[in-house]
Amino acid sequence: MIEIKGVHKSFGDLEVLKGIDLDVKKGEVVSIIGASGSGKSTLLYCINAIEAINGGKILVDGVDVHDKNTDKNQLRQNLGMVFQQWNSFPHLTVLENAALAPQVVKGFSKEKAEEIATKELTHVGLGDKLHEYPTKMSGGQQQRLAIARALAMDPPYMLFDEVTSALDPELVGEVLDTLRLLRDDGMTMICVTHEIAFAKEVSDKVAFFHKGLIEEMGTPQQVLENPQKERTKQFLSKVL
Amino acid sequence: MNLFTPISWNDAGFILTGVLNTVYISVIAIFFGTILGLVLGFARAEGNKIVNMCLGGVLDILKSVPLIIQLILFSTFIGAMGYPLEPFVAGSIILSLYTMAFMVEVFRSGFDNVPAATKKAARSLGMSYWQTVRHISIPIGMRSVLPSWIGVGLSVIKDSALVSVIGYMELLRTAEQLISRSQQAVMILVGVGLFYFLISYPLSLYGKYIERKMTR
Repeated sequence: MIEIKGVHKSFGDLEVLKGIDLDVKKGEVVSIIGASGSGKSTLLYCINAIEAINGGKILVDGVDVHDKNTDKNQLRQNLGMVFQQWNSFPHLTVLENAALAPQVVKGFSKEKAEEIATKELTHVGLGDKLHEYPTKMSGGQQQRLAIARALAMDPPYMLFDEVTSALDPELVGEVLDTLRLLRDDGMTMICVTHEIAFAKEVSDKVAFFHKGLIEEMGTPQQVLENPQKERTKQFLSKVL
Repeated sequence: MNLFTPISWNDAGFILTGVLNTVYISVIAIFFGTILGLVLGFARAEGNKIVNMCLGGVLDILKSVPLIIQLILFSTFIGAMGYPLEPFVAGSIILSLYTMAFMVEVFRSGFDNVPAATKKAARSLGMSYWQTVRHISIPIGMRSVLPSWIGVGLSVIKDSALVSVIGYMELLRTAEQLISRSQQAVMILVGVGLFYFLISYPLSLYGKYIERKMTR
């Protein structure tokens, strides 16, 4: 379980998170929506300890993420993260991209790491591209590679940071299909997304961020179909 | 008695010594220059302002003072201190440092070319800082530096001729001695020039080939 308690985060004078409370239970899919600059992505970075926080607490399976005694590298193995830009490792083949971390971080043998990588890559539909270089592939394929690369570490949680925003429209579908696949596998996921229809379809819970605070949170039906807050209504009327 | 004897095949061994010594000191300078350049280039790319200011100052001196002056100053200074060094040792030290000064910038730009987002992606997989350096920053950064690395290497081979001023028997100095004996300056210098060309040109073609291959 991921527990986010009263998290504050500032960049210099700019306060981007002003007290966020959010629980994500095992097996839940939580979507975070909201305008650019509302702090959605920053929250993911704070969960993954890429960014430090200025107040509050984040617990992942009871481990305090920002405690200075917490082994961040150990922690990140439990939190697979996929970014807006896929960030493929250009010097490695598709298979090596996904096998690198299991080998280096978990100390698996090359054979074992590649076996795991092959399994995950096949799962996301890249089984026929194992020995190609990612720079030759489309953005959608590279993004699926990034997902498989994260899954190869077998994390109990996955964080998705606007994973379709940098894609050409015709490539969005294949990546969303991959996320649906993970949902069906029972993966616990936090998705920062602009795809409202997708959020409505896959989420157990939707949180609408506004200026560093959760303005409204609930089931997709509550938040997306029958929003109570004026700002949620305004936001949805703009994006739908 | 004839004061000058023309060059003959008997001089081949002497010239070959010069050739080998040129190659020898160049390889040494490139080897140590590369290792030191890699380490300091990394420090420049990752280091803070203070590290960069200190390093930058020292490197600027090495790059701006003509190599020939560095060689003479260093060997004179060391000699005056009472620790005279073999011309080969003194030459190797200065030529290595000079090479290093240029290699630092080569490797620094290589490390700067690794996108921060790519490193962040590696860290998000649980890789430590040094694992990321080893498996991401070095391989990605080094791919792009090969052409400029070859460029620095080439100029070091040519600059190694200057080590002759402190008495190292490399190609130019052997040539000078042959010239003073035979008075056949033009022929000998053309030969020496041709030798440098034969070493450098294939390397520079190779550098261009790699550059083209990478931009494709």
